[in-house]
Amino acid sequence: MLNLKNLFTLNKLFAIFGLLILGGLSLFVGIANIDIYSLISGDPQSQTILFSSRLPRLLAICLAGAGLSVAGLIMQQVCQNRFASPSTTGTIDCAMLGYIVSLVFLSGASQWLNLSVIFAFSVAGTLIFVRFLQTLKFKNTMLVPLIGIMYGNVISALATFIAYRFDLVQTMSAWTVANFSSVLQGNYEFLYLALPACIIAYYYASQFSAASVGESFAKNIGLDYTKIVLIGVIIVAMLASAVVMIVGVIPFLGLIVPNLVALFMGDNMRRNLPWVAYWGIIMVLVCDVIGRVIIFPYEMPISMIISIFGGAVFIMLVLKDKSNA
Amino acid sequence: MIKVSGLSKKYSGNYVVSNADALFPLGEVTSIIGPNGAGKSTLLSMVSRLTDSDAGEVLIADKPLSEWDSKALSKRLAVLRQSNNINMRFTVEELVAFGRFPHSQGRLTDNDQRIINEALQHLDIEHIKDKYLDQLSGGQRQMAFIAMTVAQDTEYLFLDEPLNNLDIKHSVEIMKILRKLAHQFNKAVVIVIHDINFASCYSDNIVAMRQGEVIKSGKVEEVIEKSVMESIYQIPFEIQQVNGKRICLYYEH
Amino acid sequence: MLNAIKSDRFKIIFLAVVSVVITGLFIGQGLNADNYSFFLSLRIPKVLAIILASVAISVSSLVFQTITNNRILTPSILGFDSLYVMIQVIIVVSLGSMSMWFNDPIVNFLLSTLIMIGFSLLLFGLYFRRKNSNVFTLLLIGIVCGSLFSSVTSFFTMLIDPNEFAVLQNSMFASFNNVNGDLVYWSIIPLTICFTYLYRISNTLDVLWLGADNAKSLGVDTQKLTIRVMLVLTIMIAVSTALVGPVLFFGLIVVSLTREMFNRYQHRFLMLACSLLSVVLLVGGQFLIEKVFSFDTTISVIINFAGGSYFLYLLMRNKLN
Repeated sequence: MLNLKNLFTLNKLFAIFGLLILGGLSLFVGIANIDIYSLISGDPQSQTILFSSRLPRLLAICLAGAGLSVAGLIMQQVCQNRFASPSTTGTIDCAMLGYIVSLVFLSGASQWLNLSVIFAFSVAGTLIFVRFLQTLKFKNTMLVPLIGIMYGNVISALATFIAYRFDLVQTMSAWTVANFSSVLQGNYEFLYLALPACIIAYYYASQFSAASVGESFAKNIGLDYTKIVLIGVIIVAMLASAVVMIVGVIPFLGLIVPNLVALFMGDNMRRNLPWVAYWGIIMVLVCDVIGRVIIFPYEMPISMIISIFGGAVFIMLVLKDKSNA
Repeated sequence: MIKVSGLSKKYSGNYVVSNADALFPLGEVTSIIGPNGAGKSTLLSMVSRLTDSDAGEVLIADKPLSEWDSKALSKRLAVLRQSNNINMRFTVEELVAFGRFPHSQGRLTDNDQRIINEALQHLDIEHIKDKYLDQLSGGQRQMAFIAMTVAQDTEYLFLDEPLNNLDIKHSVEIMKILRKLAHQFNKAVVIVIHDINFASCYSDNIVAMRQGEVIKSGKVEEVIEKSVMESIYQIPFEIQQVNGKRICLYYEH
Repeated sequence: MLNAIKSDRFKIIFLAVVSVVITGLFIGQGLNADNYSFFLSLRIPKVLAIILASVAISVSSLVFQTITNNRILTPSILGFDSLYVMIQVIIVVSLGSMSMWFNDPIVNFLLSTLIMIGFSLLLFGLYFRRKNSNVFTLLLIGIVCGSLFSSVTSFFTMLIDPNEFAVLQNSMFASFNNVNGDLVYWSIIPLTICFTYLYRISNTLDVLWLGADNAKSLGVDTQKLTIRVMLVLTIMIAVSTALVGPVLFFGLIVVSLTREMFNRYQHRFLMLACSLLSVVLLVGGQFLIEKVFSFDTTISVIINFAGGSYFLYLLMRNKLN
């Protein structure tokens, strides 16, 4: 037993170490040249770049990566399906719809109002979908994400329709391209919502796990099933809304990170949650660095890189799924 | 007759069925029995070409299964699996009419209609032939599906757990019909069945499986026997003769 | 049940009559001896395009649902719509909107169709390499590709000059305006062949509704049939998308409405019924849009919006199960 404990601590050490290295890499890659020496020597320009651009960018990446991955994990418990995630349950598309609506009808409103509208749409839309799922008798593993994606398509068609009427299609398209390059100190702070959201999720983790077995099971052990589903949806919507508003749409993240972690560590949500958050951060960091380096000095948006990589992993997961064989 | 030799099936490294031998003769009812995970459904599925096998051979009327064209085979062999969830609204008669597809590709002749009516009569569901499937009870729906395979009018009839969802009365009726189809119409009727007493009373042959292997196969008297049953099911058995039939008692020991 | 069949027959005749009347009105309204040749030369290709597209879209959606044994899905999730848009965006970004690859309708049509068919061959090749594959795998791979295409599209859209984008935008939404006459005639042959094929195997398609195992028991080679039918569907979808633009959910709407209206399940009947219904909806819709309102290009967006809402309504009322 002692050996296992050591191994676990060792894993954690490696994890933190890896994160620090990647984080450091992220801080120092960029168009403007800053290096450690000028920083230490107190060069004001380097410091400004670091604190107003690089550091916020790094923090935004971490928060978005952790937030979306954890959101995916929660969604999978609530929908009792491995392929549920904010992008396959319509959550992100509803957030987009809310975004368009708030921009068209509430232009000039405060950021908080915008976020509230996005959040409201996100919660409402996801709840509709989850309620529908609960009435499905056969929760065929593949069918749920398919319906979710179609549902998401419908919602985004609606958003496109509104955008079209107000000549905002090109702009809307640009928003959906997840982009960390425009993150600056002062406009990303909403992402900090991810922190309390993840903590609440952790607190309710074992209840989510129970809910993931099924409604009758949960009720049988005295769980308020409706309440826990509602809490789950609210947390997910909060996370998805914040990320969509600040960063844009990062496809597949909430889908693949929890599944990859579950592949190696089983399905215990309480134990998995920190690791899911961690690997979410790593994945987004890596893709972001790649995006900044691959066509330097231009930047390839992270949504494209994750689309390719995430898509490949998604297909691999699908092919591996035994119920498909 | 159908001869099975050395049939095996592997799913991710595990042998779900290994080296199975069996005989399914015409004019007789053969039951495949065994505990959960014995591989009964998989065996049935492979013999009826619904699933590919990994090793072994199936000879249907002396021709290997691999040489049979699926269309031609569908006129000689009918198979019905356990779960049948239908999306479309069919009436009972429409469903049974599908059984004639191998013969007439959807264009029903008078002869087809006669066979459909006979199948409905056999299963005693003529009075509900115009009802939609979703209006029926689970048992009635099962009867409709079985009627469809009867309408297919084949020499070999494979049914996977046909008595699921059926109450006692319907179960007895089905077993009587199956026995009649075998003895009177010279069909080979093969069923996977959980209730060993039904198997014992209505079959001519039994194939007993456990964990993918055929432990014993042969006439009812040979298989429904204390030591065989105990090795299959791993609980104490007592076999008693009631009205000339072998009845298994395993309820209390 | 006899009543149900009788009412079906009545309904479909009624639908046929309505579609003829609406088409006639569309072509004939406001004609006189002076202007008839001008208007006819405008309207006949347009109506023909609408009819072809509506039949292709509705029938391919219907048969797609049969193949996937599911009443909620639509072929657009295979990614054809996003592929089509991506092709247009890439052409405009790399060669400009004045390039013949974008501007010349026939060249654009041929290019788009060929690329879409090529993509589906790739998709099927990937999928059918595994034995006993589940159709859902195919769908999910299609979805991933669709998502990838959308990402690429969004990326390039960011880079386009807004003026160029305005031109591009027209191809992002289905439209029956300015339908090129030659294009229409190019489409007739492949679409007719596909429709005929599906009509001839409609009895076999009926059997698929019993589920894969029962269909196999009845002698249907489900693997081969799925491949062949998917190929045919691809051609129909590719051609109709290149003809009028991305059509998203229109097929789903029409098929769902058709199933609500009619009792019969036979493909032979349903194919005819949904074709007629979609002609009525599209010709009627276009007629309304042109004469009553005067914004033409948003017909597809309106249909998708209405259809999408209807789909959500069905979802909530749980009528799709």
